[in-house]
Amino acid sequence: MKSVVLPASLLGEIRAHSVATYPEECCGFLLGPSPEPDGAEERTILALERAANEFDGERRRRFLILPEEIRTLERRLEGTDRSVVGFYHSHPDHPARPSQFDQDHAWPWYTYLVLAVTASGTAALGAFELEPDSATFHEVGLTVTDDLPPTPEVVRR
Amino acid sequence: MPKAIVKVPTPLRPFAGGAAELSLEGATVGGVIHALAAANPGLQRHLFTPEGRLRNFVTVYLNDEDIRFLQREATPLNEGDVVSIVPAVAGGAPSARRHREAKSSPADSAPPPGTPFSKDDLRRYSRHLLLPEVGVAGQRKLRQAKVLLIGAGGLGAPAALYLAAAGVGELGLVDFDAVDLSNLQRQVLYSTSDVGRPKLAAAKERIESLNPGIRVTPHETRLTSQNALDLLAPYDIVVDGTDNFPTRYLVNDAAVLLGKPCVYGSIYRFEGQVSVFDARHGPCYRCLYPEPPPPDLVPSCAEAGVLGVLPGLIGMLQATETVKLVLGRGESLVGRLLLFDALAVKFRELKIRKNPHCVLCSAEATQKGLIDYPAFCGVPAPGASEPGDAVPNIEPEALRAELDSAEPPFLVDVREPGEWAIAHLPGAHLIPKAELAEHVDELTRASKLVVYCRSGHRSAAATRFLLDLGFSNVRTLRGGLNAWAQRVDPSIPQY
Repeated sequence: MKSVVLPASLLGEIRAHSVATYPEECCGFLLGPSPEPDGAEERTILALERAANEFDGERRRRFLILPEEIRTLERRLEGTDRSVVGFYHSHPDHPARPSQFDQDHAWPWYTYLVLAVTASGTAALGAFELEPDSATFHEVGLTVTDDLPPTPEVVRR
Repeated sequence: MPKAIVKVPTPLRPFAGGAAELSLEGATVGGVIHALAAANPGLQRHLFTPEGRLRNFVTVYLNDEDIRFLQREATPLNEGDVVSIVPAVAGGAPSARRHREAKSSPADSAPPPGTPFSKDDLRRYSRHLLLPEVGVAGQRKLRQAKVLLIGAGGLGAPAALYLAAAGVGELGLVDFDAVDLSNLQRQVLYSTSDVGRPKLAAAKERIESLNPGIRVTPHETRLTSQNALDLLAPYDIVVDGTDNFPTRYLVNDAAVLLGKPCVYGSIYRFEGQVSVFDARHGPCYRCLYPEPPPPDLVPSCAEAGVLGVLPGLIGMLQATETVKLVLGRGESLVGRLLLFDALAVKFRELKIRKNPHCVLCSAEATQKGLIDYPAFCGVPAPGASEPGDAVPNIEPEALRAELDSAEPPFLVDVREPGEWAIAHLPGAHLIPKAELAEHVDELTRASKLVVYCRSGHRSAAATRFLLDLGFSNVRTLRGGLNAWAQRVDPSIPQY
């Protein structure tokens, strides 16, 4: 499982997204390097993409990113140096810890960021990955760094 | 069989030997996905539920089409097709109430009886509070009540919704099934997006969104003689929404032994029945029906069909009786069996009395505990062999080969005419099971017979019937037309 490096500006974007959708959950994609270096123990988040919360029901407590949206983004990223490495979502008025529902619907390998948000603003951010063999979430290390140097246009290989 | 390219999503590649795509043989999309999991066992848990169904948030595309809009896992494949596995990503905050383990006692979480209602609750229940027969005192009784619904299907779905709306404080639900498309004709607790999900997960969400102020405890298990007494014990009232006789007798017996009322409902085609069995004050189910009917006499809804609106009405009557029992108001159906005919729109009422010789609830009772209910009802135990295993049978693939041969078997379809009209095998002869005896002479000329029905139950019984008459070469199609549709010819609709 990989610890996560998140630039401060991207954390700012996640916070802004969660405040904008409060009291409903926000959700989005985490983009990282493609391919990931073999044996890397750290995963650096390079960019975000907001997603639409398409849950048909109580969006204050649930989010759903449709497979069509994942497919569309993955096709757009094909041939570039980026890929989907995880997802973020917010927990309005709940701690930044994954719920049983989160765990029941998680996939291994992906990084999951969970941000607590209230009417007063955002609070803690947690990073988690699914333990492949036990299908339980483990909290992984999260480092918020100063922003990366300006990146060129997405490199098409 | 055609070969398809299966694209493995990045998170699952470590479980597939690191492969991004694999070439696999299969007649259908479901076939290649199962082949993928069979070859890579680590994928099983991530793709399938323990019951072997695709997980609700695993979406599969055939080329560019979502298979949910084609024929789902039965979608046939052509050589070179591309099958892509794509996650839908879902999650969210914990429930409004702490997630409850199925074994926990509901009594732990009830608010103290004198707790005032919030302003929101006073507004929510205002139409109850305006009734002199309910009022604040009655609403408090509802809030303190603990009701267990056995079955979250046709009867349990409307009952659960209205008991939740009424403010019953603790609702337990017992079911172990997943939502099927054929449920949506009557099981109004679920939506199309729930198809494939465990019923109780969907039910809990729906009920909590209707009324987040009550507690919903899912018991995702099969009710058995081993767990029934423990499961029923914490509840005040049991609502019987079961669809089979062994469970009906089990629920009745457990309720009697625990001294709890059981609100009974049953449906068959266009008719329904409702009563309240409370052995402390009147008859129990066994007083009315000391013995179950022969196993083949009463088909299930899946075999006989049911008017979709009927369980809505009967389930609502069960919810009404439950609310009255909690409030202690009105006359309950103890000692009365209410019969409803939907086609004639007629209600009838029969008086039922406690059987002075009832083995369970009378002074002469000899049964002091729970028994083996499948054996009592003459049906195979759950999880036992498939229907057809006890009689000569033939697999769908083997039947296809024999039908293509120079001496094909004589095919007998023992379903009803309405089912024949949906789909049937080419060259088959329709003889509904109940009419088989009248048509035996027509079958004597055939040197070998194969009998089929929808799922294999009726054809197994028909095969046994013919063998007992002296026919020597009769086999039942194992798994029925549904298995044929899944494994040989996906163009045959399943129903």
